[in-house]
Amino acid sequence: MIGNLAYVAVVIFIGLGIYSLMFKKNLIKIAIGIVLIENGVNLFLITLGYRKGAVAPIYTQSPSGQAMVLPTPQALTLTSIVIGIATTALILSIAMIIYKHYGTLDTDQVRRLKG
Amino acid sequence: MSLSNHIPILIIAIPLLAAFLVPLVSRINKQATGILTTLALGVSLILTIVLTAKILSVGPQVYVFGATSSSLTLPSGLKFPIRIMLEVDAMSIFMGIITAVVSFLGAIYSLSFIKKYDGVDKYYSLLLLLTVGMFGMEFTGDIFNFFVFLEIASIASVALISFRGIDFGEPAEAGFKYMVVSSISALMVLFAVGIFYGQYDLLNFAAIASVIKYSQLDKIALGLLIPVLAMKAGAVPMHMWTPDAYSEAPAPITMILVAASQASLYALFRVVFSLYNISLNALTIGWIIIIFGLLSMFIGVTMAIVQKDIKRLMAYHAVSQTGYMLLGVGVGLAVLANPEALKDYGITAMEGGIFHIMNHAMYKGLLFLTAGALFFRTGTRDLNKMGGLAHYMKYTTIFFIIGAAAIAGLPPFNGFASKLLIYESVYRFNPLLSIIAMVVSILTLASFVKVFHSAFLGPKLPQFKDVKETPRSMVFAMAVLSCIIVFFGLFPDLIVKNLVHPAVISLIEQLQYTGTVLGGM
Amino acid sequence: MKGMSRIVKTVTNFVYGFIIIFGFYIIVHGHLTPGGGFQGGAVAGSAFALLLVSYGSLNSKKFLKDDIFSLFENFGLTLFIILGFSGLGITFFYNFLANSGGWFGDAALIGVNPGDMNTGGVIPLMNIAVGLEVLSAFGVIVLTMARGAEFTKKKEKS
Repeated sequence: MIGNLAYVAVVIFIGLGIYSLMFKKNLIKIAIGIVLIENGVNLFLITLGYRKGAVAPIYTQSPSGQAMVLPTPQALTLTSIVIGIATTALILSIAMIIYKHYGTLDTDQVRRLKG
Repeated sequence: MSLSNHIPILIIAIPLLAAFLVPLVSRINKQATGILTTLALGVSLILTIVLTAKILSVGPQVYVFGATSSSLTLPSGLKFPIRIMLEVDAMSIFMGIITAVVSFLGAIYSLSFIKKYDGVDKYYSLLLLLTVGMFGMEFTGDIFNFFVFLEIASIASVALISFRGIDFGEPAEAGFKYMVVSSISALMVLFAVGIFYGQYDLLNFAAIASVIKYSQLDKIALGLLIPVLAMKAGAVPMHMWTPDAYSEAPAPITMILVAASQASLYALFRVVFSLYNISLNALTIGWIIIIFGLLSMFIGVTMAIVQKDIKRLMAYHAVSQTGYMLLGVGVGLAVLANPEALKDYGITAMEGGIFHIMNHAMYKGLLFLTAGALFFRTGTRDLNKMGGLAHYMKYTTIFFIIGAAAIAGLPPFNGFASKLLIYESVYRFNPLLSIIAMVVSILTLASFVKVFHSAFLGPKLPQFKDVKETPRSMVFAMAVLSCIIVFFGLFPDLIVKNLVHPAVISLIEQLQYTGTVLGGM
Repeated sequence: MKGMSRIVKTVTNFVYGFIIIFGFYIIVHGHLTPGGGFQGGAVAGSAFALLLVSYGSLNSKKFLKDDIFSLFENFGLTLFIILGFSGLGITFFYNFLANSGGWFGDAALIGVNPGDMNTGGVIPLMNIAVGLEVLSAFGVIVLTMARGAEFTKKKEKS
């Protein structure tokens, strides 16, 4: 059960992210919800690579015959973090533009496109 | 000649290089950015046509990044592929032709549409990045690479939707909604990629397809992937972003966004057919896709009839036509495990659905471009304020009539050909579905008669008295699309036999897809 | 936005150079130790955010210019794609410098060793291109958001 603690943390992150996305009314809190879901998925990817009793996969610092954790999920997670930064920067900039034109960040009032 | 091996990657890399050169060029001369964009997309279009000829005669092409030869998929001594690769078969190049034509015409139309805005170099750079994202989604053979290109296309399209947000607030609101939707769908795709990697330790489509067992975790991955990719394509319970995003984007971008939504639809078909194939419960999953299709068709067209904004009306019609594609391919999936039914009407249903993808991109693109032309000259999108424009804009009126007749399914145009294929084959599967499809087609015709009457017919209005015809580059783009629509409508047999049927066969035959990569094992 | 107190400004004057050098160290040694283009670029980009926060957005416009950052970002991106194209004789992104004896061309040693920086082929050059791009992109993002924030604050006051 202790070995599955990381997967429990993934579920908690994604659950909190979806809760914040669906039930909060401030645009910035919705953006924070997206960031939480992204953190949960990144944690899931890193945890997949763990092997028991293995060391970090640095080629020049581990003696031969020593098991290493899988390095591919680390590359996948890095790419995902970079994409997450672009997403976060864009969504916060759009929230600033909405504040400039509507004067409020409440989703009940940012509703000119109806029907 | 050895350069012909590199065509798949040149189709993606040349617009990418142009996207990075456009801001440097704009410091020297602002007019040259549009010309550079059009040149790069024109080169991609020519290379796509060359690659189509090669694939239809030789077979699927593979391109491995960074290997010592471009088709060395299995490195020496290993039984599974480890490098990122592009795998282009007949279905991928079918979607590639749509992307190349639509983005080239969008760039030509933008040459005069976007001149009066500020920040034009960023517009062209983002347009090229959106095209790169779409080509990457369609050509790649690796599931994580698909996620990266999906995010590139999403981020570029959000920035383009909010392009007019400097002066107005509504594009920013539409962009925010679309960004939230596409972030969630991309992150859930990444979660499914994680599930596949954790189980099989492989990231390549063909390699996973050859070892997949439909275990509990694979069911979870399928349950994540189908709704999320349908959400990006605009199918009905998840279509809320479509009217806002399509109506607030500039008109050429809306045309390219339609092609981007269809690239997600292509990914859905690729996952269900080439990755899982017979290992899943074909009848149940087929019926789920058919239900999505029926809801999209019906709710799309009924919400479209009551709209006052011309582009919002056309966006609801885009939702409705996506339902036709889902219906056709869903029927094909539902009979996948049943060989005589598949040969009898399943393949025809899939041909109808997939031919409808290309037809829809053409006529919906033409309709959005005419709506853009109306907005460019009159400054409004509200149908109550427009009237009598046929007196002033003759070419636009003719193009609108061609587009409206094509979407309603009238005979000499291409909508009729694909809709007839869908009606006939879906009737053999279950008659009620076909009747609902025909009713939706009649309602589509009704709503376009309404648009034509209120925008173009009627007496000359005084506030429009100095409205002229649209500039030449916009007329050229609309004319090319009209010619393609008329050509496909007069000779549909040519297109179905040479382009659509090989695409359908390459989706159904999973062994052809995996055999190209794993070398016939 | 306003700047911060004199203590913060003095420490910033002293520290931002070290942060940028540390970022460059992570970028250049990306093929031997953990790190690489994006990580080092993010560290160096945070130095620009530190300058902006401690001096205030109006003052920092004198020494952090938006269009120079944009120019460097384009250089980084173009260099990356040209490195990809230059392997096109064999395949795209082919590592044509590895094991060839030229720049970064030595063969990698196996086993525990302090690491030879001359190895790796095209990878350190791509790390440098990506690192340059990321640090300029951070500069552009932070400066543009600061400019947008002061525009909305101006609207609030009026």
